[in-house]
Amino acid sequence: MVMKRLLPFVIIAAVLVVALIGGWILLRSPKTVDPGTTPTSDSEPPGAQPPHIRGNPNAKVTLEEFGDFQCPTCGAFYPEVKKMEEEYGDRLKVIFREFPLVPPHQHALEAAQAAEAAGLQGPDKFWQMHDKLYENQKAWSDVKDVMPAFIDYAKQIGLDTDRFSRDFSGEEVSRRIFQDGKRGHALGVSGTPSFFVNGKELKEFSIDALRDLVKQAVNGANNQ
Amino acid sequence: MTADTPRDEAKIVWPFVLAALLSLIGLADAIYLTVQHLTGASLRCTIISGCSEVLSSRYAQFHSIPLAAIGAAAYFLVFSLAVLAAFRYPFVRLSLMIVVALMFLTTLWLLYLQAFVIHHFCQYCLLSAAVTTGLLVVVGLSGVRPGTPR
Repeated sequence: MVMKRLLPFVIIAAVLVVALIGGWILLRSPKTVDPGTTPTSDSEPPGAQPPHIRGNPNAKVTLEEFGDFQCPTCGAFYPEVKKMEEEYGDRLKVIFREFPLVPPHQHALEAAQAAEAAGLQGPDKFWQMHDKLYENQKAWSDVKDVMPAFIDYAKQIGLDTDRFSRDFSGEEVSRRIFQDGKRGHALGVSGTPSFFVNGKELKEFSIDALRDLVKQAVNGANNQ
Repeated sequence: MTADTPRDEAKIVWPFVLAALLSLIGLADAIYLTVQHLTGASLRCTIISGCSEVLSSRYAQFHSIPLAAIGAAAYFLVFSLAVLAAFRYPFVRLSLMIVVALMFLTTLWLLYLQAFVIHHFCQYCLLSAAVTTGLLVVVGLSGVRPGTPR
């Protein structure tokens, strides 16, 4: 009888223990890099040329990101990628590829167009707009008309706004976004952000795993 | 036979077993979301999912506590109460009904936020909403059955 009365409490305690252990295992599991990363081949479409490169163009380690400026997860990864750029300096080259997801992000394509239109006025202008879009992501994501915000960013980074407005809807901008998308699809990209480090896709998706993969590549390059 | 030992305690009340099992699904879902929240932004944006939008919104936490963690605690409470109710412990059913009703009201509020404020739905949150609705039905129907102790 006593055992029967205690049984529910035993069940409750058992579930509590299993839940805590399960949560702890889940919490620990994303910290490792999946060794089964997939190398890409040279046969993939090259993406928009020239690509947007930040860092040392001759660096042995290349971090290629397929991003969407309206994607909150991309926004969360942005400061981490920037930290890595500062940390590794000349040893790292970062390439950004457009991969706007429309839907669900209603302004993702316009944001990609804004960044590419800025890039037509100089490679550093692309990155300045890239930073503006990520840093102000919450401010423009939910507004109905994003153009006033984007033109304001264009002014802030010293763009010719008339040319920016023209290029925004121009053929060159559309072509670049299409070519980046074509490369992404060929590489099997289905979500953002997607990262490739020296052609190996980051499959274990977390900031720590990305840091580990870049660190491994940089250390490997140093030992060569 | 003591006052808190019902006569027919040998019989398990199966609807509450079902409620306990449902709450386990909700618990697993909430633990997963809590871990995602704590490990940083690890839900990727994809064409079909709005999870990243929902889970990175300011509504995903309450005074810096992840909402999913509060959900996990609530599901564990429901599980505990449902197990005790299944074994016919007295005074448990009313508490269970109150907790489930409060969870359902919270679910309605969260659905409203997803539909009209965030404009995106997260499938893990929808699963939780379905579980809570199921709990309301099961616990509600068990509560109105005559002849069972509260």
